[in-house]
Amino acid sequence: MTELTDLGIAAIRDGVRAGDFSAREVAEAFVAAVAAAKPLNAFLVETPDHALAAADAADAARAAGEAPKAMAGVPIGMKDLFCTRGVPSTAASHILEGFTPQYESTVSQKLWDAGAGMLGKLNMDQFAMGSSNETSHFGNVVSPWRRSDGGNADLAPGGSSGGSSAAVAARIAPGATGTDTGGSIRQPAAFTGISGIKPTYGRCSRWGVIAFASSLDQAGPMARDVRDCAIMLEAMAGFDAKDATSLDVAVPQWEAGLNPSLKGKRVGIPKEYRVDGMPPEIEALWQQGIEWVRDAGAEVVEVSLPHTKYALPAYYIIAPAEASSNLARYDGVRYGLRDLPEGANLQEMYARTRAEGFGDEVKRRILIGTYVLSAGFYDAYYTQAQKVRALIAQDFDSAWEQCDVLLTPTAPSAAFALGEKNADPIAMYLNDVFTVPSSLAGLPAMSVPGGVDAGGLPLGLQIIGKALDEQGVLNAALAIEQRAGFVARPGRWW
Amino acid sequence: MSVTIDTVRRIAGLARIAITEEEAARLAPELGNILGFIEQLGEVDTAGVAPMTAVIPNHLRLRDDVVTDGGIRDAVLANAPQAEHGFFTVPKVIE
Repeated sequence: MTELTDLGIAAIRDGVRAGDFSAREVAEAFVAAVAAAKPLNAFLVETPDHALAAADAADAARAAGEAPKAMAGVPIGMKDLFCTRGVPSTAASHILEGFTPQYESTVSQKLWDAGAGMLGKLNMDQFAMGSSNETSHFGNVVSPWRRSDGGNADLAPGGSSGGSSAAVAARIAPGATGTDTGGSIRQPAAFTGISGIKPTYGRCSRWGVIAFASSLDQAGPMARDVRDCAIMLEAMAGFDAKDATSLDVAVPQWEAGLNPSLKGKRVGIPKEYRVDGMPPEIEALWQQGIEWVRDAGAEVVEVSLPHTKYALPAYYIIAPAEASSNLARYDGVRYGLRDLPEGANLQEMYARTRAEGFGDEVKRRILIGTYVLSAGFYDAYYTQAQKVRALIAQDFDSAWEQCDVLLTPTAPSAAFALGEKNADPIAMYLNDVFTVPSSLAGLPAMSVPGGVDAGGLPLGLQIIGKALDEQGVLNAALAIEQRAGFVARPGRWW
Repeated sequence: MSVTIDTVRRIAGLARIAITEEEAARLAPELGNILGFIEQLGEVDTAGVAPMTAVIPNHLRLRDDVVTDGGIRDAVLANAPQAEHGFFTVPKVIE
């Protein structure tokens, strides 16, 4: 029999339902795998009791003949951006070190209501700001992947959901929550050979999710394959009156609706995504993806998204502006760190607390955000960025007249080595070049593994869909998944 | 775009982040580079374009005017660095 930790969400759910194994056995196997994977630094807090209690509840419900819950018996990892009652939630920051929420985020509560259990809280880039996990206050996550050239360089698991991507790729969690502001689910999924979907903005409640950039932040699942993502997204999504931007629409049955045939569908290839300096391997993978969707019955059409090159600069105004406002709440008064030197006044306490509590990248973004929102600059930067954002959204609207989904690479390269890009903030920002435009437009987008590069590292393909058409995205991703036959996995070195 | 050390100090003051002289000197070119990168937005013709206000069209909802929360003072104060007599406490602000 295969090891229980090799199973994904659907296989665990079905196996528990069929009585092939107990939920307790599954939880124990993953709890042990988490405990044995410390070198990855993927978990900030381990919560074996939570996972085991949920498993026991699933086993007891099955023994009592109750109807099984959607994720009964499935233990998952929870990104540390989600507030979890009684379990420290820090967003991988120093300023929230020791913060223990008295409440539960809507998304995590929905997962527990669906029968899932929590293995622990996952490391991430501090306040979700970063693409490599190197901004975590608690040390970076190390990707389970190694290059096949025999080099042992520690690789970035992507970011900001790098603990989530590393945990799923290393088979120490069958699925994990992520959040995506400009690519933080999709880029780490691509870097680690797993699947991840950012749903339409408003599908998943932001209530209880530590805020970065509120008009962009969306939660989503990261898992081993498309079906597992569909199952988990169904459990996470849904209207929540506590989030003013939550969409009051029904949650479709995405898993039941999975269909890998793209007959009658048109897949758009945005010509502006063919960026200068793109490695030939990424270009080749993209071509391969085009052949796969054609093989699945789709018609492939070239489309134009003319404002693509302005997406990153618009993002790096809007996201820091919203962050500077959101992070104003960390003032040393209500929660988290307080730095109050002898004799200091209130203003000095604020400034010292924030200097001590925020990491360099977080400070950099707060300062940029403060600058672009300051008197005299607001219209030139922020208003202009929101106008460009409207044009980017219009570009997508025009594309939908010609196609149903878009196919692009997820990231401009495979995983890079830790330390390779952190000296230059802009080089790091460019990692999100293919993921940011759909974030600005609020559209559902997914990364699915397509192959490996010459160094044996995973590469991802991205599907972008129309607002609320997660089904179309999942189906196109499934068509690719079935043809890619991606089976590579990291060898265990930890 | 060049950002002066004085500008960095002013922005850090607005953001309530204490910075040392060394940090200000390091941040000035860093922020200048980032602002230089985002300034390319100025070349986009946005005449007649309304700035985006909602990423997905959504109607703001009204809810019944009833109390839905409260009575959880201890939970609200549970994570305070310093709380006394049921209040958050801060350094004295009035002499």
